[in-house]
Amino acid sequence: MTMLAVIAADPATSVQDGGRHGAQRFGLSPSGAMDAASLALANALVGNPPLAAAIEVGPFGAAFAARDGSVRVALAGAQRHATLAGAPIAAQRSFVIAEHETLTLGPARDGVFSYLAIEGAVHGVPVFGSLSVNVRAGLGSPFPRGLEAGDVLQVDDIRPLRSERGAPPIHRDAGPIRVIAGPQDDEFEPAAMGVLIEREWMLAAASDRMGYRLEGPPLRHPNGHNIVSDGTVTGSIQVPGSGQPIVLMADRGTTGGYPKIATVISIDIGRLAQVRPGQSIRFALIGVEEALRLARRHAADLAALPGRITEIGEIALDVASLQDANLAGVAVSAVDAATWQAPGADAGGEP
Amino acid sequence: MTAPDAPLPRILPCGDAALTVEFGRSLDETVNRTVLAFDRAVAAEAIAGIQETVPTYRSLLIHYDALTVDFGSLRQRLLALAVKPLVPVATTRRWRVPVVYGGDYGIDLDDVARTHGISADDVVARHMAGDYFVAMVGFTPGFAYLSGLDPTLATSRRSEPRPSTPPGSIHIGGAQAAIQCLAGPSGWHLLGRTPVRTFHPRRAPVFLIAPGDAVTFYAVPAAEFAALDRAAEAGEPVAELVTP
Repeated sequence: MTMLAVIAADPATSVQDGGRHGAQRFGLSPSGAMDAASLALANALVGNPPLAAAIEVGPFGAAFAARDGSVRVALAGAQRHATLAGAPIAAQRSFVIAEHETLTLGPARDGVFSYLAIEGAVHGVPVFGSLSVNVRAGLGSPFPRGLEAGDVLQVDDIRPLRSERGAPPIHRDAGPIRVIAGPQDDEFEPAAMGVLIEREWMLAAASDRMGYRLEGPPLRHPNGHNIVSDGTVTGSIQVPGSGQPIVLMADRGTTGGYPKIATVISIDIGRLAQVRPGQSIRFALIGVEEALRLARRHAADLAALPGRITEIGEIALDVASLQDANLAGVAVSAVDAATWQAPGADAGGEP
Repeated sequence: MTAPDAPLPRILPCGDAALTVEFGRSLDETVNRTVLAFDRAVAAEAIAGIQETVPTYRSLLIHYDALTVDFGSLRQRLLALAVKPLVPVATTRRWRVPVVYGGDYGIDLDDVARTHGISADDVVARHMAGDYFVAMVGFTPGFAYLSGLDPTLATSRRSEPRPSTPPGSIHIGGAQAAIQCLAGPSGWHLLGRTPVRTFHPRRAPVFLIAPGDAVTFYAVPAAEFAALDRAAEAGEPVAELVTP
């Protein structure tokens, strides 16, 4: 059986998919990919369903090797230096790690999380329909924790393909992170929303999959910072007594007792997830209708993703020999010049 | 449940894929029971696009797929549902939960007793006499918030939360009581520990206790904890289910 062996990893690298839904009423957070659009892109490149389980590679990088066969993978998300058997390899394309070859992913250069999708997806035993790692809950499969050197993932044998596949970057709006007011904006002093929107916020180092902590001018709640607990969502901007907001992320608690001044819209969660500690962000206030318009456009973009996958070198290269090369597991980075990507570019999911 | 002239709940957007139906803003058992009854009414209505709901003390959080049902039409349907009479939530399950009180199992028992000028035994007796109602499960997996704490035991939360408290902690904070399943930070006062896993990922069912259930506690000697803990880890409920 073909395996992908973990050569190096740290706790910030874990198996994630579209998340665990249906048990928030029991206190179980959804987890799942921090940047779902990048997960979808990586999966599309290896022919998987968009939210299939893949390896979420954290900011520090990781290394993997193929054992007892070759493994087809694709990388999307944060930009980082990647080498296959020592030769640079581009993101946003599929490629084969031949038996005994090692794929080394360096630290993220721009963004935080990358997704290494494996053809046929990560295999495991789902709980509430998900393989996503949730360390606090002891959930996740095949390992209920971040990946460690020595871990081995069972993977599918590679399918014969005429050509490896590439894709242009997914469309992602630039500019401020968009939020919808509430649900507890009335717990704050009237000026607080203006402060949230008009000022810059720096992402604090103590940010993780549970929450992104922001530093800036304090947001004040005249009636105190405790409310009777109610539900949270991914993107809730809760403000504890310090006045410094925390954007709740995939591994958040399902309920909380701090007022939530606003909520980041769904399609900007992935963009926020890729902000690095020390970087500054701004927020913009929009309405529910505008958010729905943006969500529809984003859903259409994702639905169109498989149609935008192109066979790399389908014109310029001899298909039969490329297929032979792939099956033989030869690194396909040699065809980079024939792709839509600039030669030598290390394209990531962040335009 | 709600009187015909009861004020309509507030419907508040939580981003573009969830909304909160807020029935009150305070810790109030009537409000909580209205939330639970409304949760069941929403489930019975089977509204297309609703993905999951999270009942809490004061509000029902509804996660929805905005591409299937938009905020405006979902809001209208929920408000229409809210004016109909709700079927009160009848408690159909009661759990008897074993607790080892005090000592290393409940390091704050003596402090709580001192705070209220009563003996540790009195605290245990009053805690055990309580007939609790699972108001909500949230924050971390299996963390059951209970209403029904004897008001004479109400104790302000610690000024300095502890960074870690043991799994199975039985504690009180303010006027609330709780069963905590996993180890985690807490500013509440630890009265004891239960071997019961309200959440166990390798057991069917994964979650033992649900909102709307009733809970009572009974004391077990510390000497029995290890055996009960092994049974719970092996997948036994350990808590006794009484169907009224």
